[in-house]
Amino acid sequence: MSRKDIEALQLERLRFIVDYADKRVPFYHKKLEELGVTAEKIKTLSDVKYLPMTTKTDLRDHYPYGFFAVPMREIVRLHASSGTTGKPIVGGYTRNDLNNWADCVARVCTAAGITDEDIVQISFGYGMFTGALGLHYGLEKIGATVVPASSGNTERQLMMLQDFGVTGLVSTPSYAIYMSEVAREKGMDGFKLKTGLFGSEGCTPEMRTKIEENFHLFATDNYGLTELGGPGVAGECEYRCGLHIAEDHYLAEIIDPDTLEPKAPGETGELVITTLTKEGVPMIRYRTKDISRIHYEPCRCGRTHARMEKVMGRTDDMLIIKGVNVFPSQIESVLMTIPNIGAHYQLIITRSSKFMDNLEVKVELINGDLLERYKELEQLREDIRAQLRSTLRLDVKVTLVEPKTLQRFEGKAKRILDLRNEH
Amino acid sequence: MMIIKQISVFVENKAGRLADITAVLGRAGIDIRFLSIADTSDFGILRMLVNRPEEAVQVLKEAGLTAKITDVIGVRMSDVPGTFAGVAKIMADVNISIDYMYAFISRKTNEAFLIMRIEEIETGMEALKAHGVALLPSEELYDL
Repeated sequence: MSRKDIEALQLERLRFIVDYADKRVPFYHKKLEELGVTAEKIKTLSDVKYLPMTTKTDLRDHYPYGFFAVPMREIVRLHASSGTTGKPIVGGYTRNDLNNWADCVARVCTAAGITDEDIVQISFGYGMFTGALGLHYGLEKIGATVVPASSGNTERQLMMLQDFGVTGLVSTPSYAIYMSEVAREKGMDGFKLKTGLFGSEGCTPEMRTKIEENFHLFATDNYGLTELGGPGVAGECEYRCGLHIAEDHYLAEIIDPDTLEPKAPGETGELVITTLTKEGVPMIRYRTKDISRIHYEPCRCGRTHARMEKVMGRTDDMLIIKGVNVFPSQIESVLMTIPNIGAHYQLIITRSSKFMDNLEVKVELINGDLLERYKELEQLREDIRAQLRSTLRLDVKVTLVEPKTLQRFEGKAKRILDLRNEH
Repeated sequence: MMIIKQISVFVENKAGRLADITAVLGRAGIDIRFLSIADTSDFGILRMLVNRPEEAVQVLKEAGLTAKITDVIGVRMSDVPGTFAGVAKIMADVNISIDYMYAFISRKTNEAFLIMRIEEIETGMEALKAHGVALLPSEELYDL
């Protein structure tokens, strides 16, 4: 479909879903009424900015069925998020929703290179989680042979990968790394794996490379959220230059998370998604809190659906320094490319008496080759500063510290020390 | 051996770091002959001449420090005015720039020594020898 046709379809579906939600979900009816917006007032796609937004808190406040748009007899399946940070998010699917979902996932799998010749092991935990069953039906739809391994019992997982001649693997990136390391420890070899479909958590380029090296496969990333129905929202093709969004089912926008104003195409901001076809639980402008940007030019693979960049971080992680939005992940990517320093770092933010914010980046000098001359150490510091400046558009202070002096973390790393509110 | 192995250690400007580092060497029974440190605002490079440089770098690395061996030249200087100027001129004449240098006096022999770090170490040594400047062999340095 051409861009124009995609947008025409999206506009038609957006007007439909706004009207649908207005009539069936009291939350949206109230919000739309307050804003004085109705489906008829939406003349162009950019009018989406007049619509109310939905947050995770809204969903929690209406737990479990407050956002359901159909009576329960039309709901044929429920899924839910794990609810680690509170009440779970509940998804309800009509028969049409399940069909569309399987279609979207089938596209993600096809884009990744899976065909009906593949034997695909799903090592996501089955159950309330959308990942496993989502991929399951999508893969069946394209005729791949599904091995519903579920999670756990790594040795058995590896045995099946080997004995069944599995060619495709569905799991979280971290579990894939874990499996590949156990395989190596056990001296297992000769896997037939070709394609990896990794999702449900972020995957850094370093992680991806490691999985590819260990398992000799082509790793792809895909994106979805329980709130939006699960996996199938977007996925990478063979060129891996962004995740193709299923734009006939989802309308994606990028907004400024502070002002909530829309961002221009190609600009970085928070990803906001409206479901265009969901009957069970329609979502209008759901704030994903994920930071990305969207490219609308057609891809080399021939697909015209827009591509969202790999999620760069969460708005929760975003720092605002001297009015500039900074994501620790941006700093990390810069540091990873610089030789002579270690992989660990610390970010310290302070505020001077003149209310100026200062960002200090501490890195460990791990290579002694630069100790011949001060100039070389100063040059290293200047190189880091210059690269961070060009990426962040912000001047930072770079401090070289001795090896192993920065804190190491076993779980989620806490590399940011924000001292701005401490006096 | 005319080339002297100096050790360079990266040090953060924090209280007690110098004590910690020299203690690491002390525990390994390594004797420091000479020590110099210059600093910028938040780090410094500690340069040392020790009796067992390879081993010193090894123990410093094991202690988690960034350290390396740097080749330097030692010159034995007679206590005559103009000696230092002569050495500097020899280097300038062969177009060698001196990255850094430091001098010290031996208690045993009452002689003065000059340690120089230059990039073109062979050329530098040739030039000094050609002008009759006495170089300090590493074995002698460790015995000073």
